[in-house]
Amino acid sequence: MLAPGRAKPKPTPETKHFWDGCKQGKLLLQRCGDTGKVYFPPRPFSPYTGTRNVSVFEASGRARLYSYVIHHRPVPGFTPPYAIAVVELEEGPRLMTNIVDCEQTPEALQLDMPLEVAFTPMDEEITLPLFRPAKEAR
Amino acid sequence: MLGRGEIAIVGAAESTQIGVVPGMSQIMLHADAALNAMAETGLKPTDIDGVACVGPMMPQQIAHYLGITPKWVDGTGVGGCSFMLHVRHAAAAIHAGYCKTVLITHGESGKSRINATPRPPEPESLNGQFEMPYGPFGPPTLFPIPVLRYMKERGVTHEDLATVAVVQREWAGKNPRAMFRDPITVEDVLNSRMIAYPFRILECCLVTDGGGALILTSADRAKDFPTKPVYILGTGESVETNMVSQMKDFTSSSAFRVAGPTAIEAAGIDRSAVDHMMIYDAFAHLPLYGLEDLGFCKPGEAAGFIREGNTRPGGKLPLNTNGGGLSYTHTGMYGMFALQESVRQMRGTAPAQVPGAKISVCHGVGGMFSASGTIVFSNERP
Repeated sequence: MLAPGRAKPKPTPETKHFWDGCKQGKLLLQRCGDTGKVYFPPRPFSPYTGTRNVSVFEASGRARLYSYVIHHRPVPGFTPPYAIAVVELEEGPRLMTNIVDCEQTPEALQLDMPLEVAFTPMDEEITLPLFRPAKEAR
Repeated sequence: MLGRGEIAIVGAAESTQIGVVPGMSQIMLHADAALNAMAETGLKPTDIDGVACVGPMMPQQIAHYLGITPKWVDGTGVGGCSFMLHVRHAAAAIHAGYCKTVLITHGESGKSRINATPRPPEPESLNGQFEMPYGPFGPPTLFPIPVLRYMKERGVTHEDLATVAVVQREWAGKNPRAMFRDPITVEDVLNSRMIAYPFRILECCLVTDGGGALILTSADRAKDFPTKPVYILGTGESVETNMVSQMKDFTSSSAFRVAGPTAIEAAGIDRSAVDHMMIYDAFAHLPLYGLEDLGFCKPGEAAGFIREGNTRPGGKLPLNTNGGGLSYTHTGMYGMFALQESVRQMRGTAPAQVPGAKISVCHGVGGMFSASGTIVFSNERP
């Protein structure tokens, strides 16, 4: 369970499946029915062609560290210094997250290091898709 | 089609004071700058028939406060470059005959927070759901998110980024209104307090109070004003995404690549003809992205271009000559102040005047690479 104080997301009709998936330990992405391309954040149509013909599927949870900052000032729910990261999923889309089970230093946080999703509950309603160094890298 | 130089800036002024202004609320900073701009043109509020300012419900607040009955309004709010978009939209509106004389205002009590309007993302917004839970706390934690990727792909060093701040301080040293004027070194920057790695405090913009206003009219009418007209040669605008995590390319801004070249092409100028440039520097990486995305440097060459002194006083492309958001002022929406400096340079009245400058490119960013606007100015009508 995460320390209290973080901003808590409030799902909408268009994103509920994503947050329900996180609660069940599944990282759900969407695929465009026209192009087969994957996209994020969730929406019930394709940003590539505008088609409503889209499907939801479970992603592998594998990613690489794409970029980040290490924040040195206090924020409710966080102990500085902490990294705010963007990871690139194996399926293509990128998302903002935090990196856990890892020192929050430039030395430990190497760009392109392999990561895997680490679902971490905020409370009974919301589970966040955080990431940690992949097993083979640890 | 709007002609090159068909519209001119005839009024341009900042609030009487900038920096720390505890004696004025946000709306009065708008008004103070507007009154200063009207004073230099000899216009009264009743002479203004178009109003633009940032944000929902704002044009009516400003129009009413100043006593203006507009025939045209624009409340475009896409962050700190909104004023570049206002200039573009106003030029089109004057061309279309919707209005004759447009007032664009900005006021922000960014430091003193008097009547300021904080708007944290709603937890149901996409930012609220997919960025805020991970601990961002304002622009210093979000705007630099792409920087490490840019550094890795482009071979840019911490020293290169620090050099941006050092050069801008050099310009600020020539400007009595700049908040920070003492010279700094790369070592000073790299030893300053860490805010959000890779950025230290001297690589982050100031937080100040201030306002600015512009008055636009047709070039044909501009000669009736006491001020030296500054002609609009070309304009451009674009947006990409409100979530920095979703920008397509972390080494280049889509909004920059649309707005900048659109303005330069519309102006019909060669980049080598540009005498002066402003690139909105909320953080030290912005001038690097701007120089590359607007085609003044090839990808990966902007850091070397700055390191070699090209943007310094005496260099071939004087950049951010007021000291920029890093050293001059940054209320929260700095684009207005970048425009003011371009106008001063074209009028020949800047504290650090570029001798003989005839063409100025003013490039703004809004949000965290989420929007962009570019204006090409000249003091000569083509």
